[in-house]
Amino acid sequence: MKGRLVTGQFHGGQKSDRTADHTGDHAADHTGDQSRAVREREGREPGAPRHLVLRRGGFSARVAVGPLLVRGLLGLLVLSLAALALTLGRAQVTLPELLSVLSGREQGTLRTVVLEWRLPRVVAAVLFGAALGVSGAVFQSLTRNPLGSPDVIGFNSGAFTGVVAAVLLGATSYVALSAWALLGGVATAGLVYALAFRRGLSGFRFLIVGIAVGTFLSSLNSWFFVKAEQQQALRTAVWGAGTLSRADWTTLALAGGVALAVAAALPLAGRWLRQLELGDTTAAALGVPVERAKAVLVLLGVVTTALVTASAGPISFVALAAPHIARRVTRRGGSVDLPSAALVGALLLLASDVAAQHAIPGVVLPVGAVTVCFGGLYLVWLLVVESRRS
Amino acid sequence: MSACEGEDHRERGPEDGDARDAREPLAGRTRTRLLTLLLAAALLAVSVALSIMVGSTQVPLSSVLSAFGGHDGSPEHIAVRDLRVPRTALGVLVGAALAVSGALMQGLTRNPLADPGLLGVNAGAGFAVALSVAFLGVTRVDQYLYFAFAGAVAAAAAVYLIASQGRGSPTPLRLTLVGLALGSVLVGLSQTLALLDTETFERVRFWDVGTLADRPVGTVGAVAPWVCAGLVVALACARPLNALALGDELARAVGVRVGLTRLGVVVAVTLLCGSATAAAGPLAFVGLMAGHAARWLTGPDYRWIVPLCLLAGPALVLLADVLGRVMVGSGELQVGVVVALVGAPMLIVMVHLRRASAL
Repeated sequence: MKGRLVTGQFHGGQKSDRTADHTGDHAADHTGDQSRAVREREGREPGAPRHLVLRRGGFSARVAVGPLLVRGLLGLLVLSLAALALTLGRAQVTLPELLSVLSGREQGTLRTVVLEWRLPRVVAAVLFGAALGVSGAVFQSLTRNPLGSPDVIGFNSGAFTGVVAAVLLGATSYVALSAWALLGGVATAGLVYALAFRRGLSGFRFLIVGIAVGTFLSSLNSWFFVKAEQQQALRTAVWGAGTLSRADWTTLALAGGVALAVAAALPLAGRWLRQLELGDTTAAALGVPVERAKAVLVLLGVVTTALVTASAGPISFVALAAPHIARRVTRRGGSVDLPSAALVGALLLLASDVAAQHAIPGVVLPVGAVTVCFGGLYLVWLLVVESRRS
Repeated sequence: MSACEGEDHRERGPEDGDARDAREPLAGRTRTRLLTLLLAAALLAVSVALSIMVGSTQVPLSSVLSAFGGHDGSPEHIAVRDLRVPRTALGVLVGAALAVSGALMQGLTRNPLADPGLLGVNAGAGFAVALSVAFLGVTRVDQYLYFAFAGAVAAAAAVYLIASQGRGSPTPLRLTLVGLALGSVLVGLSQTLALLDTETFERVRFWDVGTLADRPVGTVGAVAPWVCAGLVVALACARPLNALALGDELARAVGVRVGLTRLGVVVAVTLLCGSATAAAGPLAFVGLMAGHAARWLTGPDYRWIVPLCLLAGPALVLLADVLGRVMVGSGELQVGVVVALVGAPMLIVMVHLRRASAL
């Protein structure tokens, strides 16, 4: 640990220590050079979380070591699972072959298989899973409800209604359907936000309005399914199944750009969410611009969901389960941790996609159904372990 | 659950209803509640009458009354006695069961998103039907009923047992999460089963939209005892459920047996929602909506919420069913679709008009 993070040192992370340390460190930083670690007091109370303090010039960040380790481990798991996914398939690819393809030494069929066919799908699973994990964590924390998910803002129902409208208007291309889905989803999210807003956004009213609007729209959708011609119903149903198989580099580049922007906003979003979890009044006292922060967070949740829905169709359950699994894996208690939720989401969707393609030879299962089984069983197991321990 | 207890304080602003209720004399409040119950009863009576009269053949009230007096073999009498009355009776049972179990679930989990299916009841019923079709070759609708009910009970029992691992009675949060996770797994398995076998897919599809139409003869008789048993347990749980809202510690301090109450609520919800789902398919929105509406109308006392749900739930289901018969030109729209189309806007209006009281 010390070897890799040269700028940091272990630090007994008590809040009271920090104030004392700060005054001393600032003096040291001003006299010293740009990137210098100052050795902190080693004395650490038993049970207190270990922290790492990174300093550079006038800036410093205090990082808890435990969650960092868990995140690193989750990241490694995602990477190794991605490697496994690249080797599996009708054309078996060995690990050395994979490495030579990735380093650009290998040309020919193998390169096409790995880089053009398999890699986009793997990248899509990781990217979309992470986006859904973030979106679920944001909505669960914002509504303070363990059942919170992008569905509470009616996004997916609205997107589906958009697709239904597009099909009724005669649209056929996938791009047109995606555009309409995006439009429907964003319009629904805006409607829910507007209907729920009354002198500020309260979690409870947000939930009720969201679920009502969402159910209303899904009823409209079922009405369409009951009454529509078979061809039209089929076209909508294909979109509604949600799939990673349509991933290509153009879509992924776009989605990746949005994801990068979202990732840049995560530290601030995470801090706001943790402060808002203390209650609006306390958060305001801590300097959070409450209503603006909530609006930005809702926007963040909508953008991450929209990213996935527009490029892969609705994928359910990842957003709901990933934050819960992340919370239990990192043992962070009630507090929200966006990066872990993103990593767990990526892991969940990637593992499910691999299982969906390769678990039963010759049969490709829908990734949605597999995600639900995988994630659900794992969550049940975590809950059992947790309650045994307590 | 901590997530809900931290509800926004802005909800209880000075102009909101809680303060007004506190000033209102107790007798006046009881009178308002009784009036609400009476109105709900009147609404139920009207919807029962409409449900018997309105449909593809309009039957005037006089023919309805004469049909009850004796069967003369006319098409109108056949429609009333053999189709409309059983359908209406089923609507009453299903509506009452779902509404009451929805209110109980919201009280148990303290989660405004809780619907009666949260304990995995709907998912279990659907999975059992899928299994019975795929592996036992069951094809008759009246046989589904028993498989669905068994599946619902088994799923709810599994959720309760898994959630009560470890010491103490299961916390609401753990019940919610286990129910959610296990329910999702069962839905995923049903989907996979349906996808692997087209025959199963075709037969299981009817579970996705709840309907009161074309139920086999004897459904009402098969479901009624379970619903009644569930309602008795639910009414018995209403008082201790009030105390549970204070938190486990305080509830114990006022003499409520917390674990027993939770078990009672789970049993009631399983019986009610399980039998309703077995008979009519998943109609979870009825429970979600009725629970909230009843709490906004009567206040947080479950001794009033449960009876109000008992009357308003059937009215909602029957009115939606009647509307579904006349809304579209030919054929009818399933009650599961109409309930949400009508109920969701009502819920949104209510959340704005009434004080939006958290659980």
